Amino acid sequence: MDGHIAGEDTWTVAGRTFRSRLIVGTGRYKDLEETAAAIEASGAEIVTVAVRRVNLSDPKAPMLQDYVDPKKITYLPNTAGCFTAREAVRTLRLAREAGGWNLVKLEVLGPAPLLYPDMPGTFEAAAELIKDGFEVMVYCADDPLAAVRLQEMGCVAIMPLGAPIGSGLGLQNPAMLSMIKENVTVPFVVDAGIGTASDAAIAMELGCDAVLLNSAIAHAKNPVIMAKAMKHAVEAGRLAHLAGRMPRRMGADPSSPLSGLIR
Amino acid sequence: MPGTVALTLNGESRSFDPPPSGKLSVLGLLGLLELDMRKVAVELNEEIVPRSVYAETWLSSGDSLEIVHFIGGG
Repeated sequence: MDGHIAGEDTWTVAGRTFRSRLIVGTGRYKDLEETAAAIEASGAEIVTVAVRRVNLSDPKAPMLQDYVDPKKITYLPNTAGCFTAREAVRTLRLAREAGGWNLVKLEVLGPAPLLYPDMPGTFEAAAELIKDGFEVMVYCADDPLAAVRLQEMGCVAIMPLGAPIGSGLGLQNPAMLSMIKENVTVPFVVDAGIGTASDAAIAMELGCDAVLLNSAIAHAKNPVIMAKAMKHAVEAGRLAHLAGRMPRRMGADPSSPLSGLIR
Repeated sequence: MPGTVALTLNGESRSFDPPPSGKLSVLGLLGLLELDMRKVAVELNEEIVPRSVYAETWLSSGDSLEIVHFIGGG
């Protein structure tokens, strides 16, 4: 019991190994400078990115790659804003051409205001993408049957929501997440719903392999400091999971000896 | 105007004069738009155009293109 973890504590998705268990989005920042500073402070090795039309009236506008180097940080293209399987597949084919990456985040969303995962659309898109050679990390409902089915189809990571996208409500479903995790062998990532550092720590304590968040950092009053907080929270939650928490008991158990008291 | 190539680019109608050779390629179009081809992806009539064939993919009036890149997203 020297307090060290045997070997390096890494996780692997689709054959790629990472030390950081925090995946961060790159959206909704004030500007690209702040985006870069927050990613640096978070220690994240994977960032999600969106695919959008180039602004043809301003071709020289700075691009994300100028601030976040895809050679150093793994870009995980997403399908945010896609409400059908067809849109999602088309978007990720473009992403693969733009960056040459097969590792993608699939999300097929239902209508606002919940943007809840559309699971029939998600299954349809996942099947098409896997057939086309993509490695699919999939955003999904906290549905144990869906999670197992997506894994059986060949998805490389299962990523249920903890609460609606951008809500910052924290994990509304920790028990369900734990139960889903029991039946998933590929990386299990909580994606969406994290509001602050303690939420991220709880996700990691549950045994998740990683946490994916964006708004919790980008919408904090000071995103760079929150990014640092998230880095520490994910590390702390992970260590607590590895350490194994004490059992809960309904009553006190004194920490100081009851013998030798003065009378 | 004769000789010009009328395209739909990211949903907008745009016309381009072809180069002296008479034909406009995807590579030529990206040059006219001053875009860095290493940072974008192109779809021509809803089919991906691999970067390796930009130079020999010819455009004609009525073609519809999507030119995309990565931006911040969650």
